[in-house]
Amino acid sequence: MTSKYNIITFLPVNLFEQFQEVANTYFLFLLILQLIPQISSLSWFTTIVPLVLVLSITAVKDATDDYFRHKSDNQVNNRQSQVLIGGILQKEKWMNVRVGDIIKLENNQFVAHNSESFFVFFCRSETNMKVRQSLSVTSELGDPNNLAQFDGEVVCEPPNNKLDRFCGTLYWKDCKYPLSNQNMLLRGCVLRNTESCYGLVIFAGPDTKLMQNSGRTKFKRTSIDRLMNTLVLWIFGFLVCMGVILAIGNAVWEKEVGALFQSFLPWDPPVDNFLFSAFLSFWSYVIILNTVVPISLYVSVEVIRLGHSYFINWDRRMFCSRSNTAAEARTTTLNEELGQVEYIFSDKTGTLTQNIMTFNKCSINGHAYGEVMNILGAQQKRVQPLDFSAWNPLADRDFCFYDQSLLEAVMVGEPAVHEFFRVLSLCHTVMSEEKSEGELVYKAQSPDEGALVTAARNFGFVFRSRTPGTVTTQELGKAVTYTLLAILDFNNIRKRMSVIVRNPKGRIRLYCKGADTVLFERLHSCSHDLMNITSDHLNEYAGDGLRTLAVAYRDLSEEQWEEWSERFRGADKATDCRDDRLAAAYEEIEQDMMLLGATAIEDKLQEGVPETIAILSLANIKIWVLTGDKQETAVNIGYSCKMLTDDMTEIFIVNGHTVQSVREELRKARERMLESTRTRDGGKEAEAQGWVGACAFGNGCGGGAAANWMPDESKCPPPQAPPSSLLESISGEFALIISGHSLFLETACACRAVICCRVTPLQKALVVELVKRHKKAVTLAIGDGANDVSMIKTAHIGVGISGQEGIQAVLASDYSFSQFRFLQRLLLVHGRWSYLRMCRFLCYFFYKNFAFTMVHFWFGFFCGFSAQTVYDQYFITLYNIVYTSLPVLAMGIFDQDVPEQRSLEYPKLYEPGQLNLLFNKREFFICIAQGIYTSVVLFFIPYGVLSHATQSNGVPLADYQTFAIALDTGYWTAINHFFIWGSLGTYFTILFAMHSSILFNIFPKQFHFLGSAHNTLGQPVVWLTIALATVICIAPVLAFRFLKLDLKPQLSDTVRYTQLVLQKKRKPAGRAGRGVGGAGVASGSSLGRLGRGGSRRSGYAFAHQEGFGELITSGKNMRLSSLALATFASRHSSSWIDTLRRKKHANSTGVQNTPPTGEDNAASSQAPTLSTSSSAAGEAGQPCNEPIITQNPDDIALSVIRCPERDAGECSTATLQEAPFVWKGSGVRISGASSPGPPPIAEETSSGE
Amino acid sequence: MKNEGEGSERPDNTAFTQQRLPAWQPILSAGIVIPGFLIIGLAFIGIGIGLFLTSQTIQVLEMDYTGVEKDSPCFRCTIQSSQNCTCDVTFSLSTLFTGPVFFYYGLSNYFQNFRKYGVSKDYYQLTGDTKYFKSPQDVCAPYAYDSKSNPIVPCGAIANSMFNDTFELYQIINGTKKQVPLDGKGISWWTDYNIKYRNPSPVNGSFANAFEGTVKPINWPKAAYELDLTDPYNNGFLNQDFLVWMRRSALPQFRKLYRRITEGDYSAGLPAGNYSLTVHYNYPVLSFDGRKKVVFSNVSWMGGKNDFLGIAYLVVGSLCVVMSVVMLIVYAKFKFSDDDA
Repeated sequence: MTSKYNIITFLPVNLFEQFQEVANTYFLFLLILQLIPQISSLSWFTTIVPLVLVLSITAVKDATDDYFRHKSDNQVNNRQSQVLIGGILQKEKWMNVRVGDIIKLENNQFVAHNSESFFVFFCRSETNMKVRQSLSVTSELGDPNNLAQFDGEVVCEPPNNKLDRFCGTLYWKDCKYPLSNQNMLLRGCVLRNTESCYGLVIFAGPDTKLMQNSGRTKFKRTSIDRLMNTLVLWIFGFLVCMGVILAIGNAVWEKEVGALFQSFLPWDPPVDNFLFSAFLSFWSYVIILNTVVPISLYVSVEVIRLGHSYFINWDRRMFCSRSNTAAEARTTTLNEELGQVEYIFSDKTGTLTQNIMTFNKCSINGHAYGEVMNILGAQQKRVQPLDFSAWNPLADRDFCFYDQSLLEAVMVGEPAVHEFFRVLSLCHTVMSEEKSEGELVYKAQSPDEGALVTAARNFGFVFRSRTPGTVTTQELGKAVTYTLLAILDFNNIRKRMSVIVRNPKGRIRLYCKGADTVLFERLHSCSHDLMNITSDHLNEYAGDGLRTLAVAYRDLSEEQWEEWSERFRGADKATDCRDDRLAAAYEEIEQDMMLLGATAIEDKLQEGVPETIAILSLANIKIWVLTGDKQETAVNIGYSCKMLTDDMTEIFIVNGHTVQSVREELRKARERMLESTRTRDGGKEAEAQGWVGACAFGNGCGGGAAANWMPDESKCPPPQAPPSSLLESISGEFALIISGHSLFLETACACRAVICCRVTPLQKALVVELVKRHKKAVTLAIGDGANDVSMIKTAHIGVGISGQEGIQAVLASDYSFSQFRFLQRLLLVHGRWSYLRMCRFLCYFFYKNFAFTMVHFWFGFFCGFSAQTVYDQYFITLYNIVYTSLPVLAMGIFDQDVPEQRSLEYPKLYEPGQLNLLFNKREFFICIAQGIYTSVVLFFIPYGVLSHATQSNGVPLADYQTFAIALDTGYWTAINHFFIWGSLGTYFTILFAMHSSILFNIFPKQFHFLGSAHNTLGQPVVWLTIALATVICIAPVLAFRFLKLDLKPQLSDTVRYTQLVLQKKRKPAGRAGRGVGGAGVASGSSLGRLGRGGSRRSGYAFAHQEGFGELITSGKNMRLSSLALATFASRHSSSWIDTLRRKKHANSTGVQNTPPTGEDNAASSQAPTLSTSSSAAGEAGQPCNEPIITQNPDDIALSVIRCPERDAGECSTATLQEAPFVWKGSGVRISGASSPGPPPIAEETSSGE
Repeated sequence: MKNEGEGSERPDNTAFTQQRLPAWQPILSAGIVIPGFLIIGLAFIGIGIGLFLTSQTIQVLEMDYTGVEKDSPCFRCTIQSSQNCTCDVTFSLSTLFTGPVFFYYGLSNYFQNFRKYGVSKDYYQLTGDTKYFKSPQDVCAPYAYDSKSNPIVPCGAIANSMFNDTFELYQIINGTKKQVPLDGKGISWWTDYNIKYRNPSPVNGSFANAFEGTVKPINWPKAAYELDLTDPYNNGFLNQDFLVWMRRSALPQFRKLYRRITEGDYSAGLPAGNYSLTVHYNYPVLSFDGRKKVVFSNVSWMGGKNDFLGIAYLVVGSLCVVMSVVMLIVYAKFKFSDDDA
């Protein structure tokens, strides 16, 4: 399926592909030239041997790749699946599954084909799942027998690669049912939390969306590749020039000398004059000098890259033992570009953060808890987490809290503390599952809520279960059941949620939690003092990068409640403007609240993220975070992962709603930047660090960028961009946050860090593309989810975080590993080395070829320009592929200038790569010049020596074969010397031994060079000449390098030098990097986080979606919460399924129904007639409940679609942007709502109403 | 690319895979480079002096006998094209020319290194393979067949243009010529004589019969099997002069060993006195402005006279020393101040 060849087609197809490479064709051309006897200056094997070698190495590599593809194909194809054949489920290999088959999928099973589902599915990815549901009408087909009778027809769109879109229609029993993406299970996802489901295969094999997506990825080339190609072209030109010079020489010689020499050497019959002879001589020289265009270059480069890739794969320090995944270089062609990265575009959730929230601190009634006293300074980490299990059997063992005083407060029975935790245990939309007594599992749609409820649980306020009308908790050991009167649901505008409950004593109370900014406005005046204290605490928490929530309550009298509930019901039943009315009703009751305190939740960063980011930014790599998250969350994370730091003088937030306002804000930001830079310059502040310059530089970058970006901006048509959408960028001194879906590149680039919030996957790619296009910098995109795929594919280098979020990002990536922190190692160690090695390799490669070939050029002047070779033909044949390839290869693979620890300690070492310093055109010319110099030395020194030399036995030495050996050996020593200089000493001896054995074994075997080695190497003169030539070749280089080292030392030299000194002194090394790393090491808990005192505090921390409150009160998701509720659920099921369907229709504006075509499978690729589905009509008054769980804040754009009427601007934007949400497919979840038999799972976070 | 195999994916912890192979990383520190240069420089100067002095002790006597100038003894041979022109070149030695003395002939402006020339021989013929006697390889053209389409053995331009001047050396003692014995054995490479070239095996006991049906090269006065009728081991393709000629020179100006003077009264060298060299002038070089000369030379451990090597060593050595001084100055000026800073 994915493989390219089979045994028969391999050879022709592979050869055809290989000869499409210019280099190979060129050598084929040379080979043909050599077959013309008049031209042939070398025998044919000098070209064919390297060519065959090169071709076969490539062929072997291709064959191996293809073999693995075959293997994985077989593995996938032979995976067992259950297919319904004749009413019976039968085992069948996946490869035999055809379109139209009905298959059964079981829990945790991979889906290998696109299939339409007939039951409710929940796709689960990481902590959140994607819901997939069946058409309600199909739910009656619950068993194989019924399914076998199924005779519906599906008409759908032709296969495409849009993961988030599907439209089709099911014709069944004379009815039309629209099918959308909600009904599809895509290949590559895993069914989770669902016993089994049935599905109809709609696309199979290459038609599946995954395969359509994973189709030919755009071939990425590195900048070195491009440079190399240019250089090869130049060399071609150079070759032709040399050929012309020599041909002219030949013409002159033939005219002046050759014509007279004919008594001994008549012209060949076709040659009748010197011009023709010159013409032939030109081609002859093209053949001879072909070694300047190195045939083995490309192969060697491939081999080196392959070697580097293996080193990445093998690196144990990039191995994550938790997920048992090693780093993987999925592309072998990009390694050296890793050493040149200037911009990193990172996803947030799952990449920077683990998307795990932990309850960290709280402030109750003015007391701050959770702050562990820092008595013994660094020993704070030794503090043991509290042991809750002793007194609370229901405690969650994984919960860690360090502050004993809070527990004591609970024990003592402080009412505020109790009330605080009561709020946490009541005011949420979490579902609980109690598998056995005391074993509670919470299913929270937002990890924040989960963390809060878990915290309350551990402090004795255990949320146990809920029904639509009640919430049962266990408060300090005794069960209490509250009557749930109303849930005032969360949404992005309200930024708070409340519940109104009646406690067993009959008291009605409103509990509210929400963003402090929102909540504080609605507090009772008597809470003001407390508010101030709490506010301070909140600032502190926010400074620690924690996500904060304020908690409050309000006592309601029976009358108030009655009165309000009346209005609420009215609003709820309203058909028009229901949402607004509801919001107004909520607003009304959420007043005069009493503040209880605040919570602080840590969005757990992945291990080592702040250190990694710090080190990367020290390495002058700019990090942009592109996230679908809200601004508050994103900025928070920006602080906690040290992207934003307090030494940044200003943070600009650009948050305009229109194109104009965005532009305006940007302009202001830029002005302030310039101004500030100016004042700084004027004040000559010594603290100016590297990035001041960077800012100034950025300021200079052209205004054209903005203009270019404008078309894109105009692509976001609604002038009222959603207020929440923003782009934020933060610079060294300045940070700016920009709203709108566009950014002004030059402003953003002047900043050290940029955070773009609320970006869709497509916009992520656009941002990357923009930077790529205008900055000419190497970009790297890192992400973990399907919504990062576009960005990963666009960037020069795509990195996938493997492990949690499914495999799509990894599939699209060039490198994958499981932890963000490995990025520093990938870039600073592997990337840097790769770049360094590749550059050195190229330098020496060109050098050696020039030194080798130019000798022929010089010799041309002494042999009548006759294209006589200086060397033996075998020597020419083997020179590139045997003699000299290994040392340079070895150097290209194993060279290290500084040890890996130093690379991490001195991130500045990374800069030469970014600036492209180690191999550029200048370096190339230096290499060439050096090569030519060497060739001059190699030719003229032996010339001077040997033209007059006489062997001691009297045989003249001035024999051209002797000449060859002398040259060869002199040259070799030079190469070896360089090889020693930068490489591992061990390899030197091996290679030298190999070389000499070749020298002695191969030469005697050759016919006409017989005895040359024997005769020459016995001569002291030869050795003296070799020594002389070597010294002349090397001494100037050595001297130059030494002087450069002294006069203009590179950082790497300094590092090496320091290291040497340090080794001698036996003193622990490290200053810069250590310090930075050390600060962050302690951040296992939030304690190590760097604070950002006085910075703007974070907002509401809820990452979750609205609509759940309604779900809960409607009770329609309760049906599975316990077995006892099963009947309840089934009773209501029809209605909620209906609602669900309506809702789905409401939202699936993009879905088009297709008219029947009479074909029932996907193969019917007739263009569907676009017709507005009837469901579109129902859009207006639909409540915004959606059975999609998106706890992942990255999916924010999804919510955009969900609520068309609530936020028109946002929605239309999203729709027009076309890819607002890419389905993350790692898990599918089914709930057998009305399926016969026991319900598949006993709990459910949500479903449709 | 590669699956790491079963079980744990953890990569192997070896020095190789983790790139921790022991390595030696030389650093161009002042402590190494400056003394290094100094030592190399001094060593080179030493070697250079040795080489130069050795080279000075070597005696070389070169005589151009092309006969371009009117008054040169061989001038007459250049104008008449008679087969057996001989001319006498006289010279005198004031001191003993220490032996063993090597006697070379030299040609200049002669392109033995021309490609077409160089390939113009048939390796198979020269290994005595009689199959190729009948059909020489194409590379020999136009010296593969004569005008009557008879195959030429040995074919090709190199063989055809074999140097055919011969020399006799006489010491003139009191007006009488005393022939100096010339030793023509072992002047070719051992490998050429013993391995590379082979005579065809005699047919019916006669060496000449092996060449049946072939003709001699056009320029040759006699066939290959007649090159030295007195010594069967110096005949045919194994003739020493032939072997020396067939080993092409690399440069257009070259000299090839003709004879050694090692025997009889002259084993210690050529005593002082007058000498006469009788040249059998056969080889035409004037058409392409070539020159012919004879060279007498003796050798040392380092071979023949070679001032270049010694001078080059001296120059490079002194440059190294100068460089080391320059580097020392630079180092002192910059590095020390850096360290202090």
